[in-house]
Amino acid sequence: MITLEHVTKVYPSNRGEVTAVNDVSLHIQEGEIFGIIGYSGAGKSSLIRLLNGLEKPTKGNVIVAGRNIANIKGKELRQARQEIGMIFQHFNLLWSRTVRENIAFPLEIAGVPKEERLKRVDELIQLVGLEGREHAYPSQLSGGQKQRVGIARALANNPKVLLCDEATSALDPQTTDSILDLLVDINKRLGLTIVLITHEMHVIRKICDRVAVMENGKIVEEGEVLHVFRQPQQTITKRFVQQITEPEETKETIAHLLQQYSTGKVVQLTFVGEAAEQPLMTKLIRQFQLNINILQGKISQTHHGSYGVLFIHMDGSDEDIERALAFIRQQQVEVEVVTNE
Amino acid sequence: MNNLFPNVQWETIWAATSETLYMTGVAVAATFVLGLILGLLLFLTSKGNIWENKIANTVISAFVNIFRSIPFIILIILLIPFTKLIVGTILGANAALPALIIGAAPFYARMVEIALREIDKGVIEAAKAMGATTAQIIWKVLIPESLPALISGITVTAIALVGYTAMAGVVGAGGLGNLAYLEGFQRNHNDVTFVATVLILVIVFIIQFIGDFVTSKIDKR
Ligand SMILES: Nc1ncnc2c1ncn2[C@@H]1O[C@H](COP(=O)(O)OP(=O)(O)O)[C@@H](O)[C@H]1O
Ligand SMILES: [Mg+2]
Repeated sequence: MITLEHVTKVYPSNRGEVTAVNDVSLHIQEGEIFGIIGYSGAGKSSLIRLLNGLEKPTKGNVIVAGRNIANIKGKELRQARQEIGMIFQHFNLLWSRTVRENIAFPLEIAGVPKEERLKRVDELIQLVGLEGREHAYPSQLSGGQKQRVGIARALANNPKVLLCDEATSALDPQTTDSILDLLVDINKRLGLTIVLITHEMHVIRKICDRVAVMENGKIVEEGEVLHVFRQPQQTITKRFVQQITEPEETKETIAHLLQQYSTGKVVQLTFVGEAAEQPLMTKLIRQFQLNINILQGKISQTHHGSYGVLFIHMDGSDEDIERALAFIRQQQVEVEVVTNE
Repeated sequence: MNNLFPNVQWETIWAATSETLYMTGVAVAATFVLGLILGLLLFLTSKGNIWENKIANTVISAFVNIFRSIPFIILIILLIPFTKLIVGTILGANAALPALIIGAAPFYARMVEIALREIDKGVIEAAKAMGATTAQIIWKVLIPESLPALISGITVTAIALVGYTAMAGVVGAGGLGNLAYLEGFQRNHNDVTFVATVLILVIVFIIQFIGDFVTSKIDKR
């Protein structure tokens, strides 16, 4: 559905040039939810804006739904844009229009006749769950409701692709989750391809099929979400994964525990997919002569199964501990013995 | 009434009032349109906007600044040949219009430009992302989103225009200013000057009231 071929975006500026996107190649399949994560300034917004021609690439091709966005303009570009919806961090609604009128706006642009417009707006209001708020102005809506209007508006012309630029970054955690649920729902119901950028791993975890990690204008890592969670390669990816698996205080707690337990081993277990649902602890205690102490743990749901991290302390003979570790590895669980460096 | 204002001829007063209203009304309408066009051009040709064009922006900006800086009374004199050419005379209400419009439009154009700059860039971008044409962006985004500021701007401009008509009156344009000067000041009839002044104030208050009312009515922010 979307293919980027060696795409580079350079902005001229007073203090020399800024390379916001640096030789990025990507392929995004039809119907998938693709996430791009990176810190502020990584070039995420520049990248997503290339997809609907809000920015033109300095080099490379940007092919969306069969059209090379990089070299079309005028009418053709405007038509292509009607097939690419976009939602924004700050919603970007027209304050002078009601919910209904905001949703009707892209339909007016596309020249949809009035009667059809009214019908379509009603459908969209239902789709995003805004019944009863049709005649409110944006200033009378909560952040979550505003983003729902943004989503309805983006979907009005039945686009093939939905671009989300930090769509939940201005929302509180609960509202974020409800908007993410809505996006998944839309993705399933309409078979829409969704590209979203974010700096929150939580968003990637919750709804994405695949993820790309962006740093200094480059995609440094890319893959299926669960896979990337299990085996992050780059330091930056590891840090993002830690955002959701390890609560802030984990490191300190573990260091403290290592001092406390003079015998045995502190082990970090990483479960992915089905492994997370097995009664591993029960098996360990039954089969080995070990004392097992659960120190800290967290299991998160991803779009494709669960993912969890557990810190345990195992105490017993060295032999038993080694055998237990070997057993755990057989269960497709990543094991890392935590030491005090 | 006649004792209080012995020199006031009410028919003359009403005729002068309606002349003032006519000059103000036509000038406000023309200023609104012309100022809006100039303001839009100033905005659209500025850096980072749809028709970004440094030369055009500099030229329009210079034109606006020059005409905005010329004191109105001097502008009237400078425009005499031009007025004669297009109106055929330099006396009467219509003769005041070119100077009124040329004096007020650049003033209003700057207010339009400022109003447009206040619009959230993200909203314009959202419209672009939906595939809007420039005309659609102007009519459906720029003007509606800046409308309260455009209305309060034209209110201020209209009040300034009432003042301008009075000045134009002194040099022969008719209206309440003309009456106050010829009948009131030159013949030393203070009651006429007083009535003309009160009527001008009433017009100003009414304009201000309507402007404030409309602005608050349409502002949904
Ligand atoms: N229009 C622009 N002109 C000049 N530099 C820009 C422009 N837009 C973005 N940049 C620069 O490009 C880099 C990437 O920005 P951006 O794409 O917004 O990153 P992100 O969305 O990941 O925070 C930053 O260094 C930013 O300053
Ligand atoms: Mg950004």
